[in-house]
Amino acid sequence: MNDYLFLAIWLPLLGFVFNGIFGSKIKTEKIIGVIASGAVFISFAMFVYAFFQLIEKPVEERSFVVTFFEWIKVGSFRVSFSYLFDQLSLTMALIVTGVGFLIHVYSIGYMHGDKSFWRFFAYLNLFIFMMLNLVMADNFVLMFLGWEGVGLCSYLLIGFWYDRKFEKSTTADAAKKAFIVNRIGDFGFLVGMFLLYYYFGSLNFKDIFGAIGSVEISKDIYTFIGLALFLGAAGKSAQIPLYVWLPDAMAGPTPVSALIHAATMVTAGVYMCARAATIFVLSPIAMTVIAVIGITTAMFAASIGLVQTDIKKVLAYSTISQLGYMFLAIGVGAFASAIFHVMTHAFFKALLFLGAGSVIHAMHEEQNILKYGGLKKYMPTTSKVFLIGSLAIAGFPGFSGFFSKDEILWHSYANGGIIFWVIGVITAALTALYTFRLFTLTFLDKPRFDVSKIHPHESPKVMTMPLIILAFLSIVGGFIGVPEFIFGEGSNKFALWLDPVFEKAKILSFHGHHIEHSHITELILMSIAIIISLSFMYFAYKMYTDKKELAQKIANRYKITYAVLQNKYFVDEMYEAIIVNPIVILSEKFLWKINDVKIIDGFINYLADLVEKISSSVKRMQFGYAQIYAFVILFAVSLSLLFLIINS
Amino acid sequence: MSEITINHYLALSSFMFVIGAVGVITRRNAIVVFMCIELMLNAANLALVAFSSFLGDVQGQVFVFFVMTVAAAEAAVGLAIIIAIFRNKQSLNIDELNLFKW
Repeated sequence: MNDYLFLAIWLPLLGFVFNGIFGSKIKTEKIIGVIASGAVFISFAMFVYAFFQLIEKPVEERSFVVTFFEWIKVGSFRVSFSYLFDQLSLTMALIVTGVGFLIHVYSIGYMHGDKSFWRFFAYLNLFIFMMLNLVMADNFVLMFLGWEGVGLCSYLLIGFWYDRKFEKSTTADAAKKAFIVNRIGDFGFLVGMFLLYYYFGSLNFKDIFGAIGSVEISKDIYTFIGLALFLGAAGKSAQIPLYVWLPDAMAGPTPVSALIHAATMVTAGVYMCARAATIFVLSPIAMTVIAVIGITTAMFAASIGLVQTDIKKVLAYSTISQLGYMFLAIGVGAFASAIFHVMTHAFFKALLFLGAGSVIHAMHEEQNILKYGGLKKYMPTTSKVFLIGSLAIAGFPGFSGFFSKDEILWHSYANGGIIFWVIGVITAALTALYTFRLFTLTFLDKPRFDVSKIHPHESPKVMTMPLIILAFLSIVGGFIGVPEFIFGEGSNKFALWLDPVFEKAKILSFHGHHIEHSHITELILMSIAIIISLSFMYFAYKMYTDKKELAQKIANRYKITYAVLQNKYFVDEMYEAIIVNPIVILSEKFLWKINDVKIIDGFINYLADLVEKISSSVKRMQFGYAQIYAFVILFAVSLSLLFLIINS
Repeated sequence: MSEITINHYLALSSFMFVIGAVGVITRRNAIVVFMCIELMLNAANLALVAFSSFLGDVQGQVFVFFVMTVAAAEAAVGLAIIIAIFRNKQSLNIDELNLFKW
């Protein structure tokens, strides 16, 4: 009865095909935009319908599979286009289509007048299709199809303005960087899949997760699989050491940064780890690695975000940092909290990016926050929603980001240890600092641009409406996951909703012994985090309005630190020196000049030369006189006959 | 006067064949070469007919009809080629037709 639900996933593909084929012929931007947004909206509505269906059922029956068609059939190996509807996948699908729809609508305004308007919307729809395949798949292969598909769309959209300059090169280079770095991660994902198939004989989620526990496999194998899968997740979700592509991905149009590089695609890694939670919990080593890399990335990226001057770069590092939080949650076994943060992050980060897009739009493509200032007066709506987004990400009590981040910090303290909590809170402080630095420099104070030349204006309704909706979600989105000690048992509806998915993981978890922490501890830790965040918000506000010389003083005092941060710890340069350049040199000096030219081409050319030499001596036999040929034939036939006669 | 045996026929046939073959190899005029080829074909025909008659098998004669058909077709095509060559080169000396080489 639910068979038609596959349409929810395939409708955006129809939108892509339609806009991709006819888009260039349609001159009205509205038609293209409405078709693309409409496809996503209908699919969102269908997911809402599925959600209500699921919520009516008893907890144990809240998952069903919809099979579209069989894809691969080799021996006993079966892969289908079948979609798993359960609490986790549906949550992700609702985020993807919901936020995706808002960003589609926003893009109608943002991309207005672009010469490839139709191409943009075709790609966006393709992205939604691939992303839905990723999150709804009921097996690793289909998930991988979506995984690669979103990577492709990311590549296409980062390089959307392929004729524009970006930093020292072009947007095409940024797109290639994203694609190539992701290949490293995909290698890990593939290895993980191979290992899973080798040990479980299937790549279906139900088969694998069902077999875990009953199949005898050593812990080391789980560690290998876990680490391989995490390498894939680290590539897609921009974690150390594969995060370098995300800041460069800002070369794409801003709605793309909001949709792909903040709200949805980059959280695919978190989703994959949550989906495979049952595997991860069996390997304490893999879990520890994830937690450590998560928290390191969070802190590392936040510190870089402090000194960036490009509005989108600040948000990009902020995204990496928030993704680090999510992996911290995965690493300490708080899978539901990770997904909760995925959701709230999708709201407020999409909001911040779209708000930034609105600002960039108004400032005629200027992205340097040092050249903004005082925009509050010109853009009242944008400044308000941006403030809401900033409060949410900085963890202002009551906003969505506060609840999700607090939950992660609490679990990292309860399951991980005090050190994770301390670094987590420091990162939260840094987050508050860079967010309010960004907000203050952009909207408050006096204009630092030439007021007589640039006249910023508020964006059109089609852009502000999605912003307002996202702002609303950023405020209230957290209330579905209120900690139990505030409103009592059952107030964390989000965790209750998701927990059945992670039940098996919980049972197998190495944390087995559950430490009972009192609500008092939780309250104290929360209060400390709140106080620190609030004071850093205020500090940032003061530092960039009244006490401007203070910022300069700090920068002068810690010159080296400042330079290191401004150059992003020289990681790009390091990769350039250690990996990129050796590969380029090896390719040029050996692979090209020796291997290709001398060995491969050389061998072929030698063979050809040899044949030519032999034939040049043999070809003299061709005199050109037909009679000699006739004579030779006759002579040969006579000889053969003679031979036959003698032999008989 | 002795009977005409199959050996007589075969001797005549091989005699004709050798004449034809030598002609093909040694003569320089294209038309003569062409006629020599016909001679070789007819030598073969003669041998076939002789065997057919002596063995009482009609197959050999049927075969000859085919050979004659082919020979007729070949004559038409061959003469056409010879005329075309003559128009081009104003000569039928085979030694001058030596383009077919390296």
